[in-house]
Amino acid sequence: MPRRQSSLPDKIAIDMTPMIDVVFQLISFFMFSLKVVSPEGDFDIRMPLAAAAAAAPDDQQVPPVRVKLSAAADGSLASITMNGNPLAGFDELHQQIMALVGTDTGPNSLAEKTEVEFDCDYSLKYANVVQAITAVSGRVRDGQIVELIRRIKFTPPKKPAG
Amino acid sequence: MAIRRAGAPTTTDIDMTPMIDVTFQLITFFLFIMNFSEAEQDDRIQLPLSQLAKPVEGLIEKPITLQLTNSGNVIYAGELVAVRDIGSYLEREKMAMRDSGREPNAATVIVRADGRAQAGEVQDIIRICQDKGFERFALRAQYDEGR
Repeated sequence: MPRRQSSLPDKIAIDMTPMIDVVFQLISFFMFSLKVVSPEGDFDIRMPLAAAAAAAPDDQQVPPVRVKLSAAADGSLASITMNGNPLAGFDELHQQIMALVGTDTGPNSLAEKTEVEFDCDYSLKYANVVQAITAVSGRVRDGQIVELIRRIKFTPPKKPAG
Repeated sequence: MAIRRAGAPTTTDIDMTPMIDVTFQLITFFLFIMNFSEAEQDDRIQLPLSQLAKPVEGLIEKPITLQLTNSGNVIYAGELVAVRDIGSYLEREKMAMRDSGREPNAATVIVRADGRAQAGEVQDIIRICQDKGFERFALRAQYDEGR
């Protein structure tokens, strides 16, 4: 039986133009919609309104550490005090907190029980508050975060008169 | 003078394979680098830096994001609102939460405040949220690798 010979050529030329068009469109879309996102993190604060009023003290409770941040006229940091004692800066605040709570940060430790109350001037730049929270919350050692105090609260805001 | 005839064929077959390979690599790169998360981020906010602000693991369930600008206004759901007016918006959030069987004290309010904003305004926001029954706050900062 005679075999039917194919009339098709050996190599079929596929038109790549539409595919390349679409692929370049895709690349352009991704390039233009690209937004470089910087990594962000949170400081978790639990501050119920009821706790602002005097809660019943118990034997386990450690008196809160009061950190006062005062602002200069331009909103920059003028002074820091911890329980009324003036400090040189955030590094000293961190050292004082370390000296107070020690290195034990496990469950039921002093670091877990201690609470820091921030009293900030209204006009103080918020970046200073975050620096102060960083100083009391922990430190980075060998690339790992060692947590210190997690219980943080703020005094009610005091809006300056006028 | 004799004209030299070109011996080349009329059509040249260009091998497209390497170009397509590279192009698909590029698409893959952009796909991976793209941020598909629904995190609310606004370019107007310059977050304060902190070396402890490492990216959070796991998503916060249905958070409310309040972004405080340098000028003391709040960006809430893409809208610019004065700090004193956010109470009514939060009231609406609270009602919506209660309708879905959740209490406001279970929700987290993410505060993305500009580092140049006044600390008192952040405290005002917290106080208004507290008045509406919210008690979990996440103060957002940008991770500082430099120190």
